[in-house]
Amino acid sequence: MSERKIRVLIAKPGLDGHDRGAKVVARALRDAGMEVIYTGLRQTPEMIAEAALQEDVDVVGLSILSGAHLTLAPRVMELLKANGQENVRVFIGGIIPDEDTAQLLALGVSGVYGPGANTDEIAGDIRQAVAQIESSAEA
Amino acid sequence: MARLLTQIENDTPSGRAALAELFRHTGRAHLIGVTGAPGTGKSSLVNQLARFYRQTGSGAARPKVAIIAVDPSSPFSGGAILGDRVRMRDLAGDAGVFIRSMAARGSLGGLSAATAGAVQAFDAAGYEMILIETVGAGQAEVDIARLAHTTLVIEAPGLGDDIQAIKAGILEIADILVINKADQPGADNTERALRNMLELAHPVGRAFPEASRPFASPGQMETAPNIPLWMPLIRRTVAIQSLGIAELAEAIAAHRQYLQESGEWQRRERQRLSSDLETLLHEALIARWRAAVDEEYYRSVANALLTRQISPHEAVARLLRG
Repeated sequence: MSERKIRVLIAKPGLDGHDRGAKVVARALRDAGMEVIYTGLRQTPEMIAEAALQEDVDVVGLSILSGAHLTLAPRVMELLKANGQENVRVFIGGIIPDEDTAQLLALGVSGVYGPGANTDEIAGDIRQAVAQIESSAEA
Repeated sequence: MARLLTQIENDTPSGRAALAELFRHTGRAHLIGVTGAPGTGKSSLVNQLARFYRQTGSGAARPKVAIIAVDPSSPFSGGAILGDRVRMRDLAGDAGVFIRSMAARGSLGGLSAATAGAVQAFDAAGYEMILIETVGAGQAEVDIARLAHTTLVIEAPGLGDDIQAIKAGILEIADILVINKADQPGADNTERALRNMLELAHPVGRAFPEASRPFASPGQMETAPNIPLWMPLIRRTVAIQSLGIAELAEAIAAHRQYLQESGEWQRRERQRLSSDLETLLHEALIARWRAAVDEEYYRSVANALLTRQISPHEAVARLLRG
């Protein structure tokens, strides 16, 4: 069996057009040896869940700068669950107020990153999250 | 389905077992390869073709479409950015379309090692049209022609002169040449260069270059008697404006008909399966030999090579002697 690759979907739900952050993260994860499926701007939660299913990803990264994170993130997670992908970990990057970060983490989001976040740290967190899913799947 | 594709891609035992089970149910789908240089519009065209197939057919005649989009892996980190979905957002929400991105994972022919397996899985699952988009290809990524029934080579205006067009390689594998971005200046020149190239290659077919039917050409039948030649078609499209898509689909259908009527379909299948067999045999033999060879000895020979005491050929001879 060849080496297992971590597959990550990077998507930008919502209507703002700033995808620089998503691209920086996509590039950093590529350099960390992951396979990043980049879906681009203005994705609906339905499109994101469909892509996550077809691509059988381990992780979904959402880039949200519009302020709608408390609507979009739970919706994506709901749809993932409806598709039987409750094991897929969701990470969020963007402009997220601290109190919302706490709320998102409580909802089951695995990590929230703002401007200036260290990309090595993001990659490390993703690796750890995926390793956790796998060890719990084996147990 | 998605999980099965992952298992195939990672070459797990369960993936292999599933493929063994599925293989008997394959052989029904029309495999369409799409290749061409980066930025010529492969993804956009695949998007349009898939949409066309889903919109024109009605009821049971509406084929299920699978798309396998291959993008390159980084040679350094092994990671990849798979961006073909960006161009395929029109297809979201249609349960009859399945898009799967694959990283090439070090394969050089424009496909990944697991592409053939993924195709078999889609075929067995009842996808009738399978569009396979290769890595943005240069001149030599011709593996797709071995895998697909119909190969589209996408060109765009302004990508080199007529000498590029007569070089060997990617243009030779085209069943249909597509000039995308045909609204750009230079489309006429591109078409002329390609047409000249085809005429040089198919001197007999030259009399009727535009007809969508194959011609028997006595001069070129030494190798395959009784098989009429297929004259590659040239079609112009502007993918982002959905122009020329119906004509392209028509050309694909004509090629399919040609394949079936001429027996070329079976011939291509036979060739593909025997080359698959060959490749797998290579891999298995090397793996078996690697497992048997003494690691210590292997390293000593490799060291002798590194210090330039022996040549690479001598090293191979020494290793095979054991």
